[in-house]
Order: sequence, then C-alpha cells, then structure tokens
Amino acid sequence: MYSFDMHKATSLDNAAALLAQSGGKALAGGQSLIAAMKLRLAQPGALVDLSAVPEMKGIRKEGDAIVIGAMTRHAEVASSKVVKDAIPSLAALAEGIGDRQVRNMGTLGGALANNDPAACYPAAVLALNATVHTNKRQIAADAFFKGMYETALADGELITSVSFPIPKKAAYVKFVQPASRFALVGVFVAQTGSGVRVAVTGAASSVFRAKALEDALGKAFNNDAARAVKMEASGLNSDLHGSAAYRAHLIPVLAGRAVLAAG
Amino acid sequence: MGANEPGVIGQSVRRKEDLRFITGAGQFTDDVNMVRQTQGVFLRSPHAHATIRSIDLAKAKAAPGVVAIFTGADLTGVNGLPCGWLITGTDGKPMNEPPHPVLAQGKVRYVGDQVALVIAETLHQAKDAAELIDVDYEVLPAVVNCVDALKPGAPQIHEQAPGNKCYTWALGDKAAVDAAFAKAAHISKLDIVNNRLVPNAIEPRCALASYDRAADSYTLYVSNQNPHVERLLMTAFVLGLPETKVRVIAPDVGGGFGSKIYLYGEETAMVWASKRVNRPIKWAADRSEAFVSDAHGRDHVTHAELAMDKDGKFLALRVVTNANMGAYLSTFASCIPTILYATLLAGQYTTPAIYVEVTASFTNTAPVDAYRGAGRPEATFVVERMVHQAAVDMKLPQDEIRRRNFIRTFPYATPVALTYDIGNYDATLDGANELADVKGYAARKADSEKRGKLRGIGYASYIEACGLAPSNVAGALGARAGLFEAGEVRVNPTGSVTVFTGSHSHGQGHETTFAQIVAGRLGIDIANVEVVHGDTGRIPFGMGTYGSRSLSVGGTAIVKALDKVIAKGKKIAAHLLEAAEGDIEFKDGKFTVAGTDRSKAFAEISLAAYVPHNYPLDKLEPGLDETAFYDPTNFTYPAGTHIAEVEIDPDTGVVEVKAFTAVDDFGNIINPMIVEGQVHGGVAQGIGQALLEHCVYDPESGQLLTGSYMDYAMPRADDLPSFKVGTRVTPCTHNPLGAKGCGEAGAIGAPAAIMNAVHDALSAVGVTRIDMPASPHRVWQAIQSARA
Repeated sequence: MYSFDMHKATSLDNAAALLAQSGGKALAGGQSLIAAMKLRLAQPGALVDLSAVPEMKGIRKEGDAIVIGAMTRHAEVASSKVVKDAIPSLAALAEGIGDRQVRNMGTLGGALANNDPAACYPAAVLALNATVHTNKRQIAADAFFKGMYETALADGELITSVSFPIPKKAAYVKFVQPASRFALVGVFVAQTGSGVRVAVTGAASSVFRAKALEDALGKAFNNDAARAVKMEASGLNSDLHGSAAYRAHLIPVLAGRAVLAAG
Repeated sequence: MGANEPGVIGQSVRRKEDLRFITGAGQFTDDVNMVRQTQGVFLRSPHAHATIRSIDLAKAKAAPGVVAIFTGADLTGVNGLPCGWLITGTDGKPMNEPPHPVLAQGKVRYVGDQVALVIAETLHQAKDAAELIDVDYEVLPAVVNCVDALKPGAPQIHEQAPGNKCYTWALGDKAAVDAAFAKAAHISKLDIVNNRLVPNAIEPRCALASYDRAADSYTLYVSNQNPHVERLLMTAFVLGLPETKVRVIAPDVGGGFGSKIYLYGEETAMVWASKRVNRPIKWAADRSEAFVSDAHGRDHVTHAELAMDKDGKFLALRVVTNANMGAYLSTFASCIPTILYATLLAGQYTTPAIYVEVTASFTNTAPVDAYRGAGRPEATFVVERMVHQAAVDMKLPQDEIRRRNFIRTFPYATPVALTYDIGNYDATLDGANELADVKGYAARKADSEKRGKLRGIGYASYIEACGLAPSNVAGALGARAGLFEAGEVRVNPTGSVTVFTGSHSHGQGHETTFAQIVAGRLGIDIANVEVVHGDTGRIPFGMGTYGSRSLSVGGTAIVKALDKVIAKGKKIAAHLLEAAEGDIEFKDGKFTVAGTDRSKAFAEISLAAYVPHNYPLDKLEPGLDETAFYDPTNFTYPAGTHIAEVEIDPDTGVVEVKAFTAVDDFGNIINPMIVEGQVHGGVAQGIGQALLEHCVYDPESGQLLTGSYMDYAMPRADDLPSFKVGTRVTPCTHNPLGAKGCGEAGAIGAPAAIMNAVHDALSAVGVTRIDMPASPHRVWQAIQSARA
C-alpha cells in the first residue's frame, strides 16, 4: 500500500465536495479497493470514506419497491426482515457474497459502482429492473452497467440508494468459481411487472440480460423451457476455471434451477 | 482417566499448546522484534527466464530510509545453496547439480527468483525503494513442463545441465519385469499426471536475522521445520561459518507441510547482510510472495503398466516417470521422485518384479521439493490408480483384487529395496469396508441415479515408509545428512522434567504427545513436563520434522534418554534404600526394592541427585539429565485403506465427496485425538489435490497463473464431508514405542481414493481418463468428450 490521505464525509454534499477537492476515490466497504491498494495495484492519493453519510443508509419499503441505501452492508441486506419478506431472493443473494468478513464490510453501492464482472449484485439489479439513485439523477438498471468495471456513473457521481421493484417471484443461483467463490456464472431470474427478466453475471465482461431465456421463460416459466435454450459461447469469458462453452452450457442449467428455486 | 493422572499414554489428552494458539498468544517469527530492527524486501524476477544485463541501484539507494541494497554481485565468498541428496543416474554419473545462488547471478530462472535484498527503516520504504531498482533484463524463452523441457530445442536453463536434465535414475530388475510382461495373461496401462501444488502453510515464511558484533555471532529466527539442519547447511555449506557462531530459532511455526524444511536464499542473504549493516533485518513473505517463492510439490507425469495372470494376480509393474525439479535443486528435491517414490511402488502387494525409471528435469518454475507425503502420495497414486484400472479390466471387485495380492508374510522384502517389518492389510481393508458401509453402497448409488447423479466408490490401500530412517541406508542411497534424532530429558530437582527434542512441532502437537510419553514412562503428572523444541541454542541436536518421523524417531530418542534416567535413578535408589541395584524396580513413579514395600518416589530420587548429601558420589555423578541419539534400524510402514464415495452432477461437473473413510494402521497410538486430527488434515489436503488445487504456469510466458487464492483453490470446510476414521494396530517391531507415524497418511491415501471414485462414477458415461484436479470444468469436459 502506498500512503494516501483519508477523509471522512459527513453528508452527501460534503462527500461530493471532498472528492472534488482531493481528487481521490470514494471508499464504500473497501472490499475490492483496499485489497487492490494493499497489493499496490491501486494508488489513490486520497480516499473519501462514505460510511457516515446519512443519505446512504437504511432499508425501507416504498410502495411496491424496496429501497436500500448505497452504504448498506451485505450482511444487513441478508438479515433484513423487510428484504426477506418482500424479495427473499435478494436477501439470499447478499447472504452468498464472499465470506462473513466481506459481508460485514461490503456494500450494495460499492459493489454496483465497481461492477466487477463476477459480482452478484449487478445480476439482481438488472433482473429486478431496479433503479439506481445517485446524488445527481436516477438511472434505470438497463442503462447502468456499461462494461467491465464500467458504469453510467459520471466522475464524482455517487450512488445514494437502489430501488428494487418487488417481483412476483425470483431466485438467484450462483455457480462458484472454485478458488475465489465469485460467480463463475450466476443467473438471476425474476418474474416482474414487465415480464420475465434473466440477468447473467460472471459469464462475460459485464452482467447482461439473456433475451433468449427471457423469451422462453416468458412463454413457459419452467425448468424444461430454460434447458431447451442454447446459449452462444462467443463473447463469453474463458479462463482456467471454465471455457466459454462451459459457461454457455451453465447459463440455461442455472436458469432452470433458479426457476425451480423461485417456486 | 483424566489428563492429569499418570498413565496417560494412549489417552486423548488435550493439547498443551492450544491455549496460547487459540488465544492469539503464540510467538511466531513475525511476533519477535528487536531494537534497531530494519525491514527487508526481496526484489523478485518478473520474468520466467532472462539474462540480467545490468542492475541500476542509484535511485533506490537514494530513496528515503534505505539502509543498504545487496545483489548477487555483492555476495562474494558466499556459496550456492546445497542439495542434500546425491542421485547417481543410470549412466553411472552423478546428477547434474547446477549452482543455486542465494541471490541471482547474472540470470533469473523463474518468476519470483530473488534478485536483490533491499533493507530500509520501514517496510514501506523498502518496498518503495525496490520499485526504484532498474534491472535491464534480456528476456529468454521459457519452459515450464517437465516433459517439454527435455525436448530438443527447449530453452536451456543451466549451462551445467545439458538438455535441462538433472538425472535419469532407475530401480528394480528390468529383465525380470520384461520377462513377466512377456508371459502375462493381461496387461493394464495408465497415463497419469500428478498435479503441481503450492504448499500454503497458514504462516508464510518469515525470518529475523541479527548479528552481535561483540560475540561475532548471528541469531536467526526463522519459520522452519528443522533449525539444526538449517544451521548446518547455512554455516557449513554456504557461509563458511562454524556452527557455534549461528543460533537458529524456529519458534511457533504456522504449518510447513515440507515447505519449511529447506534452506532458502532469503534467510541466508539476511544472515550474511545482518553483519554488513550491523542491524537486525526482518522479512515476512506476503501471500503473493509465498505463492511464487515457496518450494512447490508433486508435478509428475507417469506411464505405468501392470502385468497380471488370468486371476488378477500381479506379476510385474513397469513405471516411467518424469519429475519437475523447478529451476534449481531445492534441499531434498532430488530424492523425492526417486528414493521416496520408487521404493513405495510395491504398495501392499506381492508384485514380484518392479522396474521404475525416473527422469528429473529443470524448468522455469519455482523449485519443487517435499510436500506432505513427499514421493509417497505420488507412488500411491500410481499404484492405486493402476490397481483400480486392473480391477476394472479384470472385472473384479476393488476389494477382491487387492485381497488377491496382499502381502501377508512379514518381514517382507519388496523388489524395490524396502523390507516391511509388519502389517495387516486385510484388517484395515475389512475395517474400511465395514466403516464405510460398503454393503449399503448399491442402495445409495440407486438413490443417486434417481436424482440424476452419478455415484462412484474408490479405494486406496496405501503404504508409506516413514521415520526416515537408518542413516547408513540413507547414506548408501545418496543422503548427505544423517537421519537420526536427538532428545534430552532434564529432570529438575523437584522431579519436574524439561524435554529438549530435535523434532520440531509446527502443528503436530509434540508438546502434548511427547509430554505424555514422559509422564507415562516416569509416572509423573503431565503438568510437570515441558517440551522445548526449535532452538539450536538449547537443544543438543536435531534433524527435524518431516516424513512422519517425529514420534517414531524423535519420540524414541526421548524414550532412550528416559531409559538412561531410570537406570541412573535405580542406582540412586539402590543407595538410598540400601539394596542391590538389580533388586530395584521402577513402576508407577516409584523405585521399589523388589518384593518389599520399601520405595522412593521419583521426586525423592531427583532431589537426591541435585542435593547429593546421601549419595554414592564415589561411583555416580550428581544430576539427572540424560541425552540420547536414536538412529532407527528400518523405516516404519504405516498402511491402511481409504474409501471415498463421490456423487457427480453431470449437468455441471461438480464432484461432491459424500463420504470418506480412513482405516489406518499407525502402530501404537499415544494420543488418539491428535492422530485423528492429523488424519483429518491430511485427508483434507488429499481431497484438495484431487478436486481443487492446481498450480499452473503459463506455458509460453512462464508466469504463475494461479498466484493467489483468487485462482488457486484450497479446500474449505464445506468442500468436505464429515470423515469416518478408524485404526487397526500392528505395533512397529523396531522401536520401543511401536509407533509408525501418522502425519502424511491422509494426504497419501486420499487423492487415489477420490480419483478412483471419480473414475468409477464417470465410467457410467464412458469417461476413461480424467486428471487431477477433477474440477467441475474438467469433469464436464470429460463427459462432453465421452459423449461426442
């Protein structure tokens, strides 16, 4: 780790001001950023800690949606009665991220802003057709994820909360990469007000919607319909832990299992 | 019987060391700090193979806090690191033994090869300065695979090793094997890869070197398994110092699995540099550094053939193995795929003729050396995968083919140089069959099938040679070191006992097991026994801990010292009790005149030895402190049968270990709880090798692709079932404890048992070969290929 300055923001406006002044990076749960800094792979001159920003906290039901503050830790989502009652699949997803230490520090906003290609939360945001609220605007899930570690966020733009419409039914099935236990492939299937949505993480450079699965499950929401879909391997990731063909094979298998889990 | 009562041998006494470990009070090398301590950082090669054109230190030396920077050019008068075992090839020539420099000399040969030692006031200053060193590399082509390295045109790694060959070595009667194959009713064949592993001790390597100008002596704290060997190699072979000038202390050590046996360049450079800077130097490897620089394990490529008669009786075994030595010969690298491998290829079977040929080659990878089991897991994997295949080919049940070939007469001389003293292989096989409920397997398999899963069962009836071993035998085979052990039993005036052992404990629980031996033999409270290990300044001598030798060799040395204590105690008792020495019996902590009620307690005798007012001073020295060196007459031969049951999801390729049963014969057991823990740990590592762990270098660039836990899969608790373990006992015939050793058995038996189960399960879909690790991706690919 290289030396850096540390600032602790007291409000959303204060955070934006500190970021602008210092030219530093926002620090949410730090589960990716701090690890990269320890390995000297990231060298921010300053960090602005968001943990005390009141506008980024809390879990609440607002109409037909669950709104979760950006600085909410994975463990809080996993154990929230509000989330478990309304979107149990989202609580279960949070419970499956990393290990206990990661879940006690990692945050929803941090995970989305980082947009790791193998992260779990992007699949939930995309499949549930969530809306990302920032200090400047609202961004629909379909417009938020732009590519590997890329999002629609502008410089200095901070996620404040995410609004998840409550689905009719939904489930997330993660197939772990054996070493990291990140998603080798993760599939989130949701029956939403706007139809079936299927989001896939881990398989490509960024989370994406699997339209063929959405069409098939829109017609028949069952395992067989999912399994009948053939996914193209081209464009999918290939590495030590799985070829593109293997990932392509896993997507409908996991989608089918998610359908079964959704009940 | 409680832990604090005498007679504790054979009891599951709670570990004396656990309080400090569980409460964070252990003292590991990195917990030791000294006044005026500096921090060392090693600049490592980013290339697998390159010539160093120049090194510019100017900017780095001017960086804040820098105390000194040393490169290979500075180490004048420092020899290379030695290899402790000379292998003589089939050509009658000694192995090629290229120099193994402490810091790179003009060339780097693997990613992580150390180029410079940067010493600064703080760790961050040292790291910053290391980044300012400008090394001009001419990058050369690299080779990482041990077979590729031998091909014509492969990049040449050492001038002293033409064709990258270290040696070709053979054992056994080739003509007898050829003759047996010629008349065989059936021949089974197998090609296997034993995957390369990274040891991953929980405590990365660490050292603290200091120099005392007034005494002209050095002290090295180091995370190491055998401090006396470390000192001997460093002083006599590398630095040219008398042993008396270097004290090596290996305090609490967080696991080793073999990787901390060796003398490494890092601590050697630090000891040398500590005099130059006249300040203590601390270095602690981070995990990334451990991945690239610890000696790795395994990495064999093998072809094996088994000749049988029409009934499945083994006639001959032929094995050809290529072994990867890495870029340099680590301390015991050369003997692992030869002496500790080829000699085990008889397994538990009466195979009358065996011939094995091993070619070891250099590659642009980290050095490869002993890793838990060290040669014996590789041998067991060959034998037990081969036996599994033979049973499949002969259409015999897996237990039946083993029974048809078991050795039942002891002592038994194998065709590969060992003589097994004792064993009962039927007992452990039968025990495993029963504990694993093999009778109920068919029903469990049917249940798996109902759920669309493939179920398989696999056996491994392993044997290992432990106790390493008679020094003269090892010497005749090329060992450049002795293989005895030393123990000192110091009885204090009030009867408490301090034991100094040359064995080192880094997770094995010696402080408890050895204390049990002493408490049991002397009939005293275990709380009155302290075990001291890991310090050349306090312990007479030691060869250290590896090869499951601590109890059978180190424990026996303590027993021999105890015998001397008791013998002297009898003399003192005879004087005090005014009886003939021959009439004194020692039992339950009392010296008694035979046939009378006249006796002296142990503590009365020890007090008399140190307060010799009424004492036979004319015939006997005061004091009660005895040392013994014990050199065994043979290896010990732990053996057993492991049975694995797996269930495979053909949709994803995931292998789930549903059950794992281990029934082992470790000879007599001192502490069943500790033994069970050793089995659990070993089995977990073995399952890790079979299903998860894989050290992969890029074949083109030579970069380590699995250089962190993001890509190197370690077994976790939820990867494993609850193990079923049992023991059967045939006491070792040639040590007084009757003990054989248990530290490596799990890692030796488990990979073959698991992979046999995987092959059994996948046979239903036509898969005939899958290599370790049987990862979901590989299993799925194998199923696709078989279906295509």
